[in-house]
Amino acid sequence: MQITVNGETVEYDGDADMPLLWYLREDAKLKGTKFGCGAGLCGACTVHIDGKATRSCVTPMSVAEGTEIKTIEALAEGDKLHPVQQAWIEEDVAQCGYCQAGQIMAVVDLLERIPNPTDEEIDANLTNICRCGTYYRLRKAVHRAAELSDTGWFS
Amino acid sequence: MNAPDMKLSRRSLLSYSAIAGALVITTPLVSCGRPQEEAVVSKPKGEPVSAGPFVAIRPDESVVIGFPNPEMGQGVDTALAMLVAEELGVDFERVEVQQMPLGLMIGDDGNITWKNLPQGSGGSTSITGNWEPLRQAGALARMLLVEAAARQWEVSADELTAENGVVTHAASQRSASFGELAKLAGDVELGDVEPDLISKENFRIIGTPQKMKNARAIVTGTPLYGIDAEIPGMLHAVVARCPYFDGTARSVDESAARAIGGVRDVIKIDRPDLGAPYDVQAEGYAVVADSLWAAIKGRDALKIQWDTGAFSGESSASFKAHCEDLLKGKGQIVRNDGDFDTAMDAADKTYEANYWQPYVSHAPLEPQNAIVDVRADTVHIIAPTQMPSGANRIVAGVLEIEDRLSISVEPTRLGGGFGRRLSNDYVAEAALISKSVGAPVKVQWTRDDDLRHDFFRPSGMHQLRAGFDAEGNLTGWTQRLASASKYYRRPNMPETEYWKAELYPDNFPGNLVDNYRVEYFSAKSGAPRGSWRAPAHTANAFVVESFLDEIAELRGEDPLALRLRILGEDRELPYEQHGGPIFNPGRLAGVLKLAAEKGGYGEKMPEGQGRGIACHFTFGGYVAQVVDVAVDEQGGLRVLKVVGAIDIGQVVNPNGVEAQHEGGINDGLSTALRLAIDIEGGRVTNENFDSYDLMKIADAPPIIESHIVQNDYPPAGMGEMGLPPLAPALANAIFQATGKRIRDLPIGDQLA
Ligand code: FES
Ligand code: FES
Repeated sequence: MQITVNGETVEYDGDADMPLLWYLREDAKLKGTKFGCGAGLCGACTVHIDGKATRSCVTPMSVAEGTEIKTIEALAEGDKLHPVQQAWIEEDVAQCGYCQAGQIMAVVDLLERIPNPTDEEIDANLTNICRCGTYYRLRKAVHRAAELSDTGWFS
Repeated sequence: MNAPDMKLSRRSLLSYSAIAGALVITTPLVSCGRPQEEAVVSKPKGEPVSAGPFVAIRPDESVVIGFPNPEMGQGVDTALAMLVAEELGVDFERVEVQQMPLGLMIGDDGNITWKNLPQGSGGSTSITGNWEPLRQAGALARMLLVEAAARQWEVSADELTAENGVVTHAASQRSASFGELAKLAGDVELGDVEPDLISKENFRIIGTPQKMKNARAIVTGTPLYGIDAEIPGMLHAVVARCPYFDGTARSVDESAARAIGGVRDVIKIDRPDLGAPYDVQAEGYAVVADSLWAAIKGRDALKIQWDTGAFSGESSASFKAHCEDLLKGKGQIVRNDGDFDTAMDAADKTYEANYWQPYVSHAPLEPQNAIVDVRADTVHIIAPTQMPSGANRIVAGVLEIEDRLSISVEPTRLGGGFGRRLSNDYVAEAALISKSVGAPVKVQWTRDDDLRHDFFRPSGMHQLRAGFDAEGNLTGWTQRLASASKYYRRPNMPETEYWKAELYPDNFPGNLVDNYRVEYFSAKSGAPRGSWRAPAHTANAFVVESFLDEIAELRGEDPLALRLRILGEDRELPYEQHGGPIFNPGRLAGVLKLAAEKGGYGEKMPEGQGRGIACHFTFGGYVAQVVDVAVDEQGGLRVLKVVGAIDIGQVVNPNGVEAQHEGGINDGLSTALRLAIDIEGGRVTNENFDSYDLMKIADAPPIIESHIVQNDYPPAGMGEMGLPPLAPALANAIFQATGKRIRDLPIGDQLA
């Protein structure tokens, strides 16, 4: 089968039921996407599949086949960070940082659907776990990212 | 937390040669692997030159500072580098940071000791322990650079100043940058020197808010964590462990597992003897494979019959009943001031309440993992561990290696620690498997492995009683605790010492009430226990600070006023447990007053809302929090705001202190809301984050304020202090909102 990862189309002939997460981390050596629960419950493994935030630990390769996958490694354009990454640095969100790639991928998708989310919309749409409890800064960073995107920061 | 097993030799830091003590710049993780000598690389920015064990300087003036203690989100990579940079005299913007590998050596007495500095992360000691030595290390590096300039210009070092990365000789108007001097400094030897340290008024970096050094690497997905590391030729292992406490394997059918493509071997791991210290935690079978996926499938295909072990009758309910039963009897009196019984007989009013704490799990988001490469004469370990020396020791133990210096440890960044990774059981597993298959092995745990095989925060039942005389003075106080201590299965520790991990008798109101008795009952449980962020302070703050509010309510007294009058003025009381030797009740009163003022404590709240307060002295730091809650008619609870006041003396990185305060609040809240490990039939039944329901953003307080007290006390840490006051302040707020008193944790559906 063929999948496209960060713009590159590659052949895969392994198990069709292997989760995409293991392909990305173990085969493609893209370690930014994290393993937290393996059951779709924490969001650490969030990537974009055809532009939609998706939990790769519960996405078998058979489902990923023929799609376009984007991981945290491809979010910035060269040295130019995505506004969500930029906001994360400005608000200094990360503690251990392990959940943050997944959080960022989820928030990029959220802001594409709801460019200026209210706190209620953030609560309803963001279900990624942060064990370090960075939620206070994370919420501020989502608003900041919305602002940065608004001002055409990433144009 | 766990005391390191070695003492720091002061000489080792102060009289090094620059060459011998060099900071080695290591390669990025994924390709990293074999011991350091192979890992030295010249970066495109130019060959770095080291100035002592903690500093390397590149010709382009960028500076790399090594931090000794593992980074797990507590911000030591930044805060410890700040200590070095302050004395070194460089712009902190130019500083990059790097985790130091474990440094051990044989000391003069022939025993193993730290090569540079202690390297564990636990007990909020990274700042207190490194406050002097890392500033000295920075100063020594500066002296090497200054000495290099002095030799070059043939002037006395006394005539030179070093600031902002430049050494200047004012008299001759000569100057040279650190980058220019670095190579020369590499040849300088300093004898025994004791550098002068910059005084507080002149700090330019310490005390200023600094952002986390690894922020960019994190948001771009750079490999940083143990789980991201790989070494050439590495095999993958996933272990099927006995889910029953102290259980064993009766029979195994490996055939289906071995038939899976890529599976190389199935290896038995024995559990430690009953009652013996843990090396690995549980008996199991490791499936070793070429890929992680094959190992996972192989494990699924194992057919194992388990013997359920000696604790098969244990359940959460049976353990609670056991604790209640114990409290009916007489326990071990571990502190007895005055005469509590007589004081209670003579009291005008007496109060009593029981509180329950469940087992909880650390659940760091990065599941346990470790790479171990056992070779004929050496062992190399790459792992996320809070205690790299413990990894070294445990591997020496399970592999029966005498020369501990032949075992090198490369700690990675940790995807959370919370005390779980003070234990190195997962490293021991990887070592046993690597030895058995004769190849480097990475062990990877899954989430259910992690939840079932944690060293849980101890569970127990607390009973509190207090008496007041007719004038309203507190005259008697007792705390009776039945729990399963984390101090057990330890060499040379009799059961009469188990209480020491569970009760800190100098905690409030120790030394503040004449008749004070503390009593312990050692309960039996098969659940493995260990250190969980702010260990026994979480339970003790909850029970004491909840009980104070209950007393105040019954007496018709303001809960804040009651606390303040018991605490009294600024003074030094002895505090023998970790965080001592002094407890100043005036400083605790100070944070209470500040939090109360900033949080509007005592103001009238709208219907359905409540505001609660609590405080605690944790490992040398004083924190008070005011929590606002709203409870709707269905019992739905929302935390609206948390306002905290923090007194940890000298602050290194206020931004990091705030981050830890915020994280501690959310950790305390998440744990109080819904977290409990459930035991049935002698095994943990939680399997993943559906049944161990960590808090998400929807429940997190939208407003958190952190007010930091400025004073001249020496620094304390902040990794744990933000957590203990949260649960009682929350319970006190819930009482104000609803009249319902939370005595059992977690809160769960008690408000429905
Ligand atoms: S690892 Fe995929 S949701 Fe947790
Ligand atoms: S920053 Fe540690 S899990 Fe989110």
